[in-house]
Amino acid sequence: MPINYYIFLAVTLFCIGVAGVLTRRNAIIIFMCVELMLNAVNLLLVAFSKMQFNMVGKIHPQAGIDAQIFVFFIMVVAAAEVSVGLAVIVMMYRNTHSIDVNFLNRLKH
Amino acid sequence: MANLVWLVPVLPLVGFLLTGLFRNYLSKGLTSMIGCGMILAAFVVSLLIFGEIRQAGAQAVTVTLFDFISVGKLSIPFAFLVDQLSVLFLLIITGVGFLIHLYSTSYMHEEEAPQFARYFSYLNLFVFSMLLLVLGSNFVILFIGWEGVGLCSYLLIGYWFKNLEFGNAAKKAFIMNRIGDLGFLIAIFLMINKFGSVDFSEVFSKAPGTAVGYLTAITMLLFVGATGKSAQIPLYTWLPDAMAGPTPVSALIHAATMVTAGIYMIARSHVLYDLTPVTQTVVAVIGLATALLAATIALKQNDIKKVLAYSTVSQLGYMFLGLGVGAYTGAVFHVMTHAFFKALLFLGAGSVIHAMGGEQDIRKMGGLRKALPVTSITFLLGCIAIAGIPPFSGFFSKDEILSAAYGKSPVYYAIGVFTALLTAFYMFRLYATTFMGSFRGTHDQEHHLHESPPAMTIPLMVLATLAVVAGFLGIPDVMAPNAHLLGNYLSPVFADVNSGGIPGDTASGAELSRVAEWGLMGVSVLLALIGTFVAVSRFSKKPELGEPTGFGKVLANKWYVDEFYNAIIVRPLGLLATFLVFFEKNVIDAIVNGVGKLVQYGSRQLRLIQSGQVGGYVLLMVVGIIVLFLVELFIKK
Repeated sequence: MPINYYIFLAVTLFCIGVAGVLTRRNAIIIFMCVELMLNAVNLLLVAFSKMQFNMVGKIHPQAGIDAQIFVFFIMVVAAAEVSVGLAVIVMMYRNTHSIDVNFLNRLKH
Repeated sequence: MANLVWLVPVLPLVGFLLTGLFRNYLSKGLTSMIGCGMILAAFVVSLLIFGEIRQAGAQAVTVTLFDFISVGKLSIPFAFLVDQLSVLFLLIITGVGFLIHLYSTSYMHEEEAPQFARYFSYLNLFVFSMLLLVLGSNFVILFIGWEGVGLCSYLLIGYWFKNLEFGNAAKKAFIMNRIGDLGFLIAIFLMINKFGSVDFSEVFSKAPGTAVGYLTAITMLLFVGATGKSAQIPLYTWLPDAMAGPTPVSALIHAATMVTAGIYMIARSHVLYDLTPVTQTVVAVIGLATALLAATIALKQNDIKKVLAYSTVSQLGYMFLGLGVGAYTGAVFHVMTHAFFKALLFLGAGSVIHAMGGEQDIRKMGGLRKALPVTSITFLLGCIAIAGIPPFSGFFSKDEILSAAYGKSPVYYAIGVFTALLTAFYMFRLYATTFMGSFRGTHDQEHHLHESPPAMTIPLMVLATLAVVAGFLGIPDVMAPNAHLLGNYLSPVFADVNSGGIPGDTASGAELSRVAEWGLMGVSVLLALIGTFVAVSRFSKKPELGEPTGFGKVLANKWYVDEFYNAIIVRPLGLLATFLVFFEKNVIDAIVNGVGKLVQYGSRQLRLIQSGQVGGYVLLMVVGIIVLFLVELFIKK
């Protein structure tokens, strides 16, 4: 499959993520959108690594393999980040009895 | 001994530092001890040096302390010149200075201890600067001392700086001096340019081969400096205003330090002046004009210190007349006798003011003879000395100058002797109004009247003695041949101007016949006596109490010179300053404030972007990222 399809898919997912972050007020949905953007980038990383293997794999059998492994690390870190993020949201709910980010306008002061 | 000359200025400097730095911890007694002790020690050292230098054949010694300025070919060492002239000035400065310090311990006793110490530290610094001035072996060291006395006069005239008027008087003295200093400074630059040196001996040895025009410029500019420091026309108006300072300060400024600086400087550079007859004439004419002008003003002043101030200006005029006609010994002689009797008169005036509780108007005094016997007698001796009645000191020194002036031109003599008449008149008007007749002050003051304590009367008595006998140091040839001790003493310094007669006086009495000289002396004594008797008979019974009218009013208002200066210099400068303030406020400030206001306004608008909405921040971030992408994609390549 040509690389273009992967790129379009990743860009679409990223834009959905950006749009979601910009438009939604629910903290959990925003959080999900952030994850979406992260994973769009992950997808792109995997796709490019596969493309590189297709191009030079015959000469260098190891080409692109490190990116495939690296993605796993990213997913592990993302899992950790999710746990922290959810904990933040829980704390926010405890403080404001809401998960609407517009209540968090105290950064101004 | 001469190698220890650095001790003389260092001692007052130490006194200045001690009393100045520890003024909050020193008691008044300790301050007086340090202040007076240092000057006394300096006087003792000066006396020892004098003992060495007065011996016949003693050579001038240059004591180099360290290299002060060394640039390219120009080298200015920090060196002291010890010769007959500078040692004579050392004695006058430290001797009279010590008496004034001693007097001050009592006069200033009502001040708080820190203020008292501040006063003494200034006094010591003043003496230090003056010693530096007379000791310097080149014009730059002289100039350092020259500036130093200017600074100290400012500090001391404005000693009671909380009084705005006194502060203004201090500023006036400082600015007037600064005008003169500029002339002096330019003269130094001209010397460096022409001679490549500022050392006295080098400049004087190179001078004879130089163009007269160039020398005239140098001497004229030096004289401008001298008019500022020694209060001559046109820069004399600061000296009468300098009366704002405490009275002993006036005595110090008028007698031992400061105003004699100009005389010293010209006497020191007499080699240059002898080469430039034009400048000599200018010096003589300015001196004579100042002597006459100040004497006429003094006739109508009613402030005891103002009369004395104008008499100083007038006597300084005599000294410049002496310098101008080449009677250098006479001028220095008059500096010395004047130091004694003027210090005496000022300290006496201080004693009177002290007794009157701060009153200075002689119209409110009178009859003080009974209450203040010591002050009255010493003051009378001072008056006789300044009036030029033999055998008191003023007669000898003034007569020496006058006879030299006659040798140059009888007109000089005529005006000088007329001024001598005025001098006798106004001094005895002062004496008669203050000490004779009956008391005209308030009842309280009359009860308060008392003779001053010994710390004040002892200096008066010492100075009175000196004022009486100092004249015998300079007995003219016509009375006793070769009896002019001062002239013989100073002869090595003024060796090159000897032309017979009194050493160091060109055109001195030797050229006149003995009869003419006796005649001149007789005329001046007669006029002085006339002035004295007229004044005493007129003012002892019926003093001038009302406001002066007619021409007297012009004199009482000092010929309106201050008003004239105000109109032609101060007022236009004030207008210029007003305009510049306007320009500064409306143009420069507007630009500066405009920039500030623009930034403030801009940031107030930008601040609105910070809404606190998380979504807004994210949107801006995204927009920013997109912009960066676009820049990366389209612009960079």
